Amino acid sequence: MKLHQFTIHELQKKLRGDDTTSAEIVESVIERIDAVEDRIHSYITLLKDSAREEARKADGDIRSGKARPLTGIPIAVKDLICTRGVRTTCGSKILHNFIPPYDATVIEKLRDAGAVIIGKTNMDEFAMGSSTETSHFGATRNPWDLDRIPGGSSGGSATAVAADECIASLGSDTGGSIRQPAALCDVVGMKPTYGRVSRYGLVAFASSLDQIGPFTKDVEDCAIMLNVISGYDPRESTSVPIDVPDFTSFLSGDIRGWTVGIPKEYFIEGIDPEVEAAVRKAIAVVEGLGARCVDVSLPHTEYCLAVYYIVAPAEASSNLARYDGVKYGYRSKEGRDLMEMYKKTRSEGFGTEVKRRIMLGTYALSSGYYDAYYKKASQVRALIKRDFDEAFRSCDAVLTPTSPTPAFRLGEKMDDPLQMYLSDIFTISTNLAGIPGVSVPCGYTAAGLPIGVQFLAAPFEEGKLIRIASAYEKHSGIEKRRPNL
Amino acid sequence: MKITKEEVGYVAHLARLEFSDEEKEKFTSQLNDILIYMEKLNRADTTGVEPLTHATYLSNAFREDDVKPSLPHDLSMANAPEERGGSFRVPKVIE
Repeated sequence: MKLHQFTIHELQKKLRGDDTTSAEIVESVIERIDAVEDRIHSYITLLKDSAREEARKADGDIRSGKARPLTGIPIAVKDLICTRGVRTTCGSKILHNFIPPYDATVIEKLRDAGAVIIGKTNMDEFAMGSSTETSHFGATRNPWDLDRIPGGSSGGSATAVAADECIASLGSDTGGSIRQPAALCDVVGMKPTYGRVSRYGLVAFASSLDQIGPFTKDVEDCAIMLNVISGYDPRESTSVPIDVPDFTSFLSGDIRGWTVGIPKEYFIEGIDPEVEAAVRKAIAVVEGLGARCVDVSLPHTEYCLAVYYIVAPAEASSNLARYDGVKYGYRSKEGRDLMEMYKKTRSEGFGTEVKRRIMLGTYALSSGYYDAYYKKASQVRALIKRDFDEAFRSCDAVLTPTSPTPAFRLGEKMDDPLQMYLSDIFTISTNLAGIPGVSVPCGYTAAGLPIGVQFLAAPFEEGKLIRIASAYEKHSGIEKRRPNL
Repeated sequence: MKITKEEVGYVAHLARLEFSDEEKEKFTSQLNDILIYMEKLNRADTTGVEPLTHATYLSNAFREDDVKPSLPHDLSMANAPEERGGSFRVPKVIE
């Protein structure tokens, strides 16, 4: 096995046992990037030089006994998380030249934990998409089938892990943007509880839904990353002051006697039969581990998509008002007065999907329509949350498919926004309710495309997710494959 | 029709965007499809339901009003497309 193929916890042991150095790990990852990146396009910006420098420093820290949880480990970061002095584009022309003057809190936390930051990953423009095709910098391809999409919007963060172009990565999840690409690329992806991880320095898409989370090669690494990035941040007013447990302490636990809810609304017409079969098999595995799987109902599930596509664009339309060509980013050369400059800058700087959502959100918030759309959607959102509150009164966790289909072909849904939006049908309820969710690999289609199973838990119960996900991972009986690149 | 081409033009102005005629046609039809899909929300009974706009239990996050270091002026200006005399430069606002 090559060094770039290992997990964080395996490399930790090697580094501490003097089996390898961070410099060697970083070289191995760079070699891998050089070999596969032109086919996959995981990255917008690569940081080979600074990564090599950080690796040398990490090796010094290890020698002097100052190893921390991520010391010397190459981590990739989605390109909407601000990195001081390193271009942060959001996959958009309008921010193509933006150099943040400060680090996001999660970047400070990664650095404090000793991580080596290897690059900034590709994404749907402003995280709006489910396929990573709307990036201004070109599409990312799925390592399992280069004619297919990797999912999105954190597609580059998923493929970088799946193709061993980094050891782990960070993404963001507003409606499934971590979990859906994790499922489609055969990696573990978690969206923590809203408020668990600071959003300070995360470029805002929909502020009441956005949350940063990790992509990893296994559940143990997910717990390690979660330990690093979680915690209250006084600079972020929706960050919640609540204790952070050691998530690795949940890895060895069993789920005997647990009640796991299976919501009937998530096994609907339109779900791919191979996906359904794999997820049904996962239910049997969970039952075999001593949990009781029971039918639960989340009756407002059918409204989730409609609620999401009002709430998220409404918040986006006001968040994205700041891109006006004045303070940073792209400015149109045309425009004789201020109004014309605004319009030209925004029309030239944003891509089609972003404009579509700004339009939708502006319409939904505009005079005369506010009650019919935004207010109504926010009321139904309360009912969706209530459904989950009710389910978690009797269930330790809820189990669903992550995505209704395996990876689809590039271009397949680009001209049909509603079809594209339906890719998120099983993941958006989590964001609306603010609860945590994790996608774990649960098998492959006959054509060899990965499938994911999603576990959900009550707010701040990520520990339970780590517990059930690791128990499932250990006993799923699925032989781990690697993409053939 | 939930939304007309004229309304698309008006909303575009509110959002400080502009579109070609062809783009307006396409957006009108796509936004119509999406808004028709949204109509299903009317089937949900929300009588007496308080709108939920945030998923946490937090209401206000207060802190002491202490003076702390903030972004220095030169760093704040570093990304400016156009600058003059330490200020952001923009096209004329009034005739």
